[in-house]
Amino acid sequence: MSINYSDRIPNNVDLSADKTLQRALEHWQPHYLRWWQEMGPDESQKLDVYLRTAVSVAPDGWAHFGYVKMPDYRWGIFLAPHEADRKVNFGDHKGEPAWQEVPGEHRANLRRIIVTQGDTEPASVEQQRHLGLTCPSLYDLRNLFQVNVEEGRHLWAMVYLLHRFFGRDGREEAEALLERRSGDQDNPRILGAFNEKTPDWLAFFMFTYFTDRDGKYQLCALAESGFDPLSRTCRFMLTEEAHHMFVGETGVGRAIQRTCEVMKAHNESDPQKVRALGVIDLPTIQRYLNFHFSVTIDLFGADISSNAAMFYSAGLKGRFEETKLADDHQLRNMSYQVLEVADGRLGTKEAPALNALNERLRDDYIKDSAGGVGRWNKIIQKAGIDFELKLPHKAFNRRIGTLASIKVAPDGRVVSEAEWAANVRAWLPSDEDRAFVASLMGRVVEPGKFAGWIAPPTIGINKQPVNFEYVRFN
Amino acid sequence: MITFETSPDRYRHWKLRFDGPVATLALDVAEDGGIKPGYALKLNSYDLGVDIELHDAVQRIRFEHPEVRCVVLTSAKDRVFCAGANIFMLGQSSHGWKVNFCKFTNETRNGLEDSSRHSGLKFVAALNGTTAGGGYEVALACDEILMVDDRSSTVSLPEVPLLGVLPGTGGLTRLTDKRRMRRDLADVFCTMAEGVRADRAKSWKLVDATAKPKDFAAMVAARAATLARQSDRPADARGVALTPLGARYDDAGYHYRHVDVAIDRDRRVATVTVSAPDGPQPATLDAIGAAGAAWWPLAMARELDDAILMLRTNAAEIGTLILKTRGDVGRVLDTDRVLYGHRDHWFVRETIGMLRRTFARLDVSSRSMFAVIDEGSCFAGTLLELALAADRSYMKQLDDGANGAPEIALSAANFGPLTMVNGLTRLMTRFAGDETVLGALDQRAGERLKAPAAFEAGLVTFAPDEIDWTDEVRLAVEERASLSPDALTGMEASLRFGGAETMETRIFGRLSAWQNWIFIRPNAVGETGALKNYGTGVKAKFNWERI
Repeated sequence: MSINYSDRIPNNVDLSADKTLQRALEHWQPHYLRWWQEMGPDESQKLDVYLRTAVSVAPDGWAHFGYVKMPDYRWGIFLAPHEADRKVNFGDHKGEPAWQEVPGEHRANLRRIIVTQGDTEPASVEQQRHLGLTCPSLYDLRNLFQVNVEEGRHLWAMVYLLHRFFGRDGREEAEALLERRSGDQDNPRILGAFNEKTPDWLAFFMFTYFTDRDGKYQLCALAESGFDPLSRTCRFMLTEEAHHMFVGETGVGRAIQRTCEVMKAHNESDPQKVRALGVIDLPTIQRYLNFHFSVTIDLFGADISSNAAMFYSAGLKGRFEETKLADDHQLRNMSYQVLEVADGRLGTKEAPALNALNERLRDDYIKDSAGGVGRWNKIIQKAGIDFELKLPHKAFNRRIGTLASIKVAPDGRVVSEAEWAANVRAWLPSDEDRAFVASLMGRVVEPGKFAGWIAPPTIGINKQPVNFEYVRFN
Repeated sequence: MITFETSPDRYRHWKLRFDGPVATLALDVAEDGGIKPGYALKLNSYDLGVDIELHDAVQRIRFEHPEVRCVVLTSAKDRVFCAGANIFMLGQSSHGWKVNFCKFTNETRNGLEDSSRHSGLKFVAALNGTTAGGGYEVALACDEILMVDDRSSTVSLPEVPLLGVLPGTGGLTRLTDKRRMRRDLADVFCTMAEGVRADRAKSWKLVDATAKPKDFAAMVAARAATLARQSDRPADARGVALTPLGARYDDAGYHYRHVDVAIDRDRRVATVTVSAPDGPQPATLDAIGAAGAAWWPLAMARELDDAILMLRTNAAEIGTLILKTRGDVGRVLDTDRVLYGHRDHWFVRETIGMLRRTFARLDVSSRSMFAVIDEGSCFAGTLLELALAADRSYMKQLDDGANGAPEIALSAANFGPLTMVNGLTRLMTRFAGDETVLGALDQRAGERLKAPAAFEAGLVTFAPDEIDWTDEVRLAVEERASLSPDALTGMEASLRFGGAETMETRIFGRLSAWQNWIFIRPNAVGETGALKNYGTGVKAKFNWERI
């Protein structure tokens, strides 16, 4: 493993010997920095932030902590270590040596996969760029920035693949990743959910819990890829994605914790009165959960998908934990259950397993998502409050595919348009809900202090105390 | 049975909107609205049913909305214009269905260009989202192509790399012949599944102009207004409602007011009989307008058009058409005089356009056609085109002085307005452009020719007398019906279009012929073929031999 501790770009891809890559990056990096200045976190350029930087892929190398000004952050290029004799583990090419270069026949599909994944990374930075102005604590502000710089690094990871393996086309796509803008009508990001706003910190925590978890599942599926550089890149990205979900789960948990404390202290359960006490009532948290969960599971794509089948058979994108599954890894003549809408009713049907791979990944994701919800409920139970958060039904509030044609309540009942309209305010955040949450978002930047709507974390970052000065204002 | 009549109140896939001289035709395909079961029409992909509505919509704009000078073809869906012909529909369709489907869609697209060329109806394709395959091909048939530049929408012809077939609805041909795209760039474009975004689409001449999403509607409106100004369609004329045909379809055939199709399934022959006007006909523009859709030239053309489509789609084994006419030669010639005398009037012009496209449909039909010119027939002028479109013609010769001998006659109809897709009249094609012959025939317009004279002039193939007539015609038809249908289709298509190629003949000949060959090759439709397996995740296995 030759690690080049280049000053500017830590990497383990032998950048100093790769003229092509150097030339591509020399051109792209200034554009990236310009994008960061323009679209990165608002009013953050001069702050010293206690950030983790990956400087190598060794166990002690991926988490170096120290104060950094974000524009000086050393975004690096890291791939998980090369495994000798790695094979293509699924699809038509199963058993062949994993590809170290892009096979010509898969060029277009691989490019599409990488561009679609890559586009989400800068998109989420853009979505979150104003949150720093309403942070509930320095600890949270630092976590936001850590998430942001790592999304930036994930963009670098995808751009590395485009630059290194896709020639001129790849360079153009890498430029285009910096040119699209989340929520810009003229120039939107590729996927719908990445053009939505992340208006407040509850939305941010929900996003990092639910939507970054979609990222995890996509990366897990790509980590199985027969295209080895993509696999290795995604495996390293997964180590960072875990932190994002940690920020989400603990963030929502701390909001719940604080709400429960206040409810108990005042022996109050009426949501309006709970709000008057300056915390987010649990039904509002449930509605945020409903929204982010349903919007996120749309990201997995159509339940019956020809692309998913093609990507799998070609060995480009596998299933979650593909190599741990016990079957033929080709899925011919196998089936998988998907939801079906027939005559306005919700049922299930068997679909060819290859075409149902999006649905399968979605189901894996849903199982995983339930874990954190269970832990949030433990907080509520421990406080002795009679309330349970629930994941809504898979068919609730779906905007793509066959499910988009019906209205389904969070409990899975198909409802009429009238019933939907009558209840939508109880199921999804209303403008009033969002305005209320926004009203709680005041900026708290005194070390160790926390906004009234959120509890402090139990431990700090990198064994530092909770009242550590995670961000220095100069 | 598939039928072709529809009307805007029954559309499932298109939204038609009128705003003065500009009509907007927005594609909004109902996923569950396939004309056959077994596939979902996702992403504004289309099947025959979607195209039947497009054909109907354009017809209604032509006749019912003379004030419309420019049609904007766009999508009502977000970020997708049209994904082209539905691949799962193609994958499950028989060879014949695919070929017939492509032919109809080709004719509809050619029809857009025909209207632009002859009747001043202009078309703008407003690509407001991703445009693939047949979606781009329909855009190619428009006068201008405008594309949204949102940095992610692409335009592509992915048939070769994704499906192992061709962009067969004129795509390959229009790239080079109409867009004048360099052929090496076209080679690149047609093999890249992912297509190109707006900036490169513009530099490669795939589109005429691009705009950001917020400016796109304004650009489309401005271009549509500019094109509308170039049109001479009238602002204040009253449209002519295309009333239902009132057709009757039964086991014996298809029955209309002026057209009758009698199907003989045992002999695999259909007799198509077209009747002349049967009463006094309008002589003035006012009277023509009052007659509207009932005016004989239009009514007959619409019926004949429907009959051809019905035969093609529902009667594949009926391989031979016997073309007959009934009625008074004089009345057809009178009608022709009125028709071609007022050819500059918008409604008359549209009617002539309808006749031109209908006869052109006959030319490209994969059916043997024999014209049978017997007593009571009226192959004159417009109706003589039927005999000229036929692969051969039999004209009955009676004894000198006998009453009721069949006659044919030429009129203005035969010398210009009803050109074939090769840009030539059927007479020019028939006589290989021989100006001496054509000049002599021009002098005989209006003259009634009995069999010997018609035969002498080369206007009919055979002129049997009464003794031979029955047997000769019967034997010819029976013999024809016994020959290989594939060889006949190829032979007829080759012989019918002599002379130089046009873009349309290249589409119907070169492009369609290659496509139809590919459509039966195992590399496309075999158990391991690319088209057959698209979307299943099973990779195509090719036979690598180049043929």
